[in-house]
Amino acid sequence: MDMEFEKQLEELKKKVGKLEKGRKDKMTLVVFSGELDKLMAAMIIATGATAMDMEVKLFFTFWATAALRDPKKSVKGKTFMSKMFGFMLPKGAKKVKLSNMNMGGMGKAMLEGLMKKKGVKSLPELFQAAGELGVEINVCEMSMDLMGFKKEELIDYPKLNICGVGTFLSDAEESKIQLFI
Amino acid sequence: MTTEELKNLKANQTVDARGTACPGPLLAAKKAVGDIESGEILEILSSDEGTKHDIPKWCEKMEHEFLGIVEEDSYSRLFLKKA
Repeated sequence: MDMEFEKQLEELKKKVGKLEKGRKDKMTLVVFSGELDKLMAAMIIATGATAMDMEVKLFFTFWATAALRDPKKSVKGKTFMSKMFGFMLPKGAKKVKLSNMNMGGMGKAMLEGLMKKKGVKSLPELFQAAGELGVEINVCEMSMDLMGFKKEELIDYPKLNICGVGTFLSDAEESKIQLFI
Repeated sequence: MTTEELKNLKANQTVDARGTACPGPLLAAKKAVGDIESGEILEILSSDEGTKHDIPKWCEKMEHEFLGIVEEDSYSRLFLKKA
């Protein structure tokens, strides 16, 4: 009888342990797109979530990593292909294009004018707010490597790490919300 | 609370988020609520339509008591009691 009870208690303890490790008030976003509108969506959701008391982790991968480059920083020792990629891709959040109606930058300029008028934070301002609110940015190492970006050329952001897919997956596993933008 | 009651309510703190768009008012409210004590009243001024839905939802999540909205000409006044 006692043995049976103890066995049940052990099982319950295990289950509670799992639950405690389970989904918390946490949100994980894969930020894949390198376009202004999509990056804005990601950053607005991220900063908003901190107001809802959620812990927010962003996993920047592929095209999105270009938005994290600091236009004031330059690094040496890049290969020809890396230099080409670096040249072709936007250098920082100010340079990203709209996914629709960019019209050679005219559409983007019009939208940015409207955003200012309506009190919508610009993308660089959203990055700054996110940093102040403690949003974590994890940057995909593989993407950085492919595009020839180096850690030294990224923006100064309080919580920024270079990592792999495993970090994203373990964060996502614990998150109530997971999004891909 | 009725609109009359809300109009006579004395807020412990008022945060003016007029002229900012989403998520500005929400972030302003999050910051301001940290500056008051439990049971005190926070007033949020917002000209953003979405805030009227966002703040009550946020209150529900954070367990603050949402007291109501007073509409002014070009903005809204939202009241909550801190949990």
